[in-house]
Amino acid sequence: MKQKKLLWFLAGSLCIGSGIGAGSPPPAGGGSISGKVTYTGTPPKMKPIDMSKEPSCAKQHTTPVMTENVATGPESALQYVVVYISAGDTTGAAPGEAARYDQKGCQYLPHVLPMQTGQSLQIYNDDQTSHNIHPLAKVNPEWNKSQPAGSPPIDTKYEKPEFIPVKCNIHPWMHGYFAVLSTSHYSVTGEDGSFSLKGLPAGKYTVTAWQEQYGSQTQDVTVGAGDTKINFTFKALPY
Amino acid sequence: MTLKKVLVTFALGLGFSLLIDLHPGFAQESHVGNLTGNAGSGKQLYRRYCIGCHGPQGDGNGENAPWIDPKPRDFTAATFKCRSTPTGTLPTDEDLDHAVQRGFVTTNMPSWNPLTPQQRADLVAYIKTFSPRWKTEKPGTPINIPPETPVTIESVLHGRELFQKMECWKCHGPAGHGDGPSAATLTDSKDNPIRPYNFSTGSRFKCGETNTDLYRIFMTGVDGTPMPSFADVIQPNDAWDLVHFLRTLQSLHTPEEGLWKKYAAEHPSSIKPIGPDAGGQ
Repeated sequence: MKQKKLLWFLAGSLCIGSGIGAGSPPPAGGGSISGKVTYTGTPPKMKPIDMSKEPSCAKQHTTPVMTENVATGPESALQYVVVYISAGDTTGAAPGEAARYDQKGCQYLPHVLPMQTGQSLQIYNDDQTSHNIHPLAKVNPEWNKSQPAGSPPIDTKYEKPEFIPVKCNIHPWMHGYFAVLSTSHYSVTGEDGSFSLKGLPAGKYTVTAWQEQYGSQTQDVTVGAGDTKINFTFKALPY
Repeated sequence: MTLKKVLVTFALGLGFSLLIDLHPGFAQESHVGNLTGNAGSGKQLYRRYCIGCHGPQGDGNGENAPWIDPKPRDFTAATFKCRSTPTGTLPTDEDLDHAVQRGFVTTNMPSWNPLTPQQRADLVAYIKTFSPRWKTEKPGTPINIPPETPVTIESVLHGRELFQKMECWKCHGPAGHGDGPSAATLTDSKDNPIRPYNFSTGSRFKCGETNTDLYRIFMTGVDGTPMPSFADVIQPNDAWDLVHFLRTLQSLHTPEEGLWKKYAAEHPSSIKPIGPDAGGQ
């Protein structure tokens, strides 16, 4: 028994050390959920963005930046899908580490930024131009701040769970999302559509996958000691 | 406990719950100066004067709304344009009262100055019943506005530099005509097209007409619109310089405009253009 506890402790510290997951120490539990998000049908073609009105940004890109509202990868993978535990979770307090959002080359990096309610959010302007950062919150307060080149980062946070579209009115092609979640168990799919939720104690959970254009899907999952595989498939429309 | 006592307690309880039921805004008041606004009275006034545009639910979907641009305010979101408080925070009761009293130029919202101050305070109390935010949040702390600095040509010129540096021209245009490169793409938070302010159209702004109003507008931002808050990025003295420059963009004879015209006539070669050609970006 003692040995087992030690193992959990080691596994836990490893997760923290390597920055896996949400940045918060996952509660004791060896279960995990992983899988892939894909699409069927024909997704819309992402369009190249014309940044010629902002030369300081345009010159940072050798190939045109594409829109990202339905970002896809090889083998029908769907990128920027937020997969998170929407019910059954026993999440602790928000992690002390801030979620970082960058405005670079007149793009939001990352396109979708997940964070926990109450977690510090820091927004940087790495460009040589002014941005106004305008998160269009509906549940949380809506604010809109100017951030000229060289300004210090904006330090803020959100108290209620919400998917908040973010835009810059000066550069209307800039679009991103804050995914404010009440759980610390979340994952945003990469180019290969894969996700992984770690550190889950055995039990029953509801997992939700959210895509900015296609909305949410949920699945009920029973997690045991090992990894539980689930997949999500979104029906893509060509417009 | 005797039967009588039980009955009295029951009757009292019933009375209280009825009182609350009949006055949904019972818990919500407004405080404007010495006046205390009552949401119950405000509701009667709202149904007479405001409902046509702002709608029975206060969501800005009244029966006149389809024909109105910009759209009537949606009180359920509790996002307000004219505030003395920082961006993202609730306005003070005075802010809302001023908005009702002043009206909004270049929109369909008239001045409600003919109402009595008590009636306006009642309306403010009622408007606050449409969003739950008023129950859980306090209004923001009004921003500090230091005394205005003297109007000098140095102040105007520095304000002009800030207009370039802060990229005000990207929306408001190099001459403040509301025709900057981003102007055509602007939408409000409900995706309705919206125009940046054209400084040459007059002396009144949506949120007032004095220099202090102008200062407050760009420092707190116009929430729900593309106009951001500059409170974190412009120092108070610089903000007054920007106010002085903005006055030169108006088609009025302001002291600032006089100073600027004189300077421009005497130093034609030292004036750099505003906009994308100004360089230094």
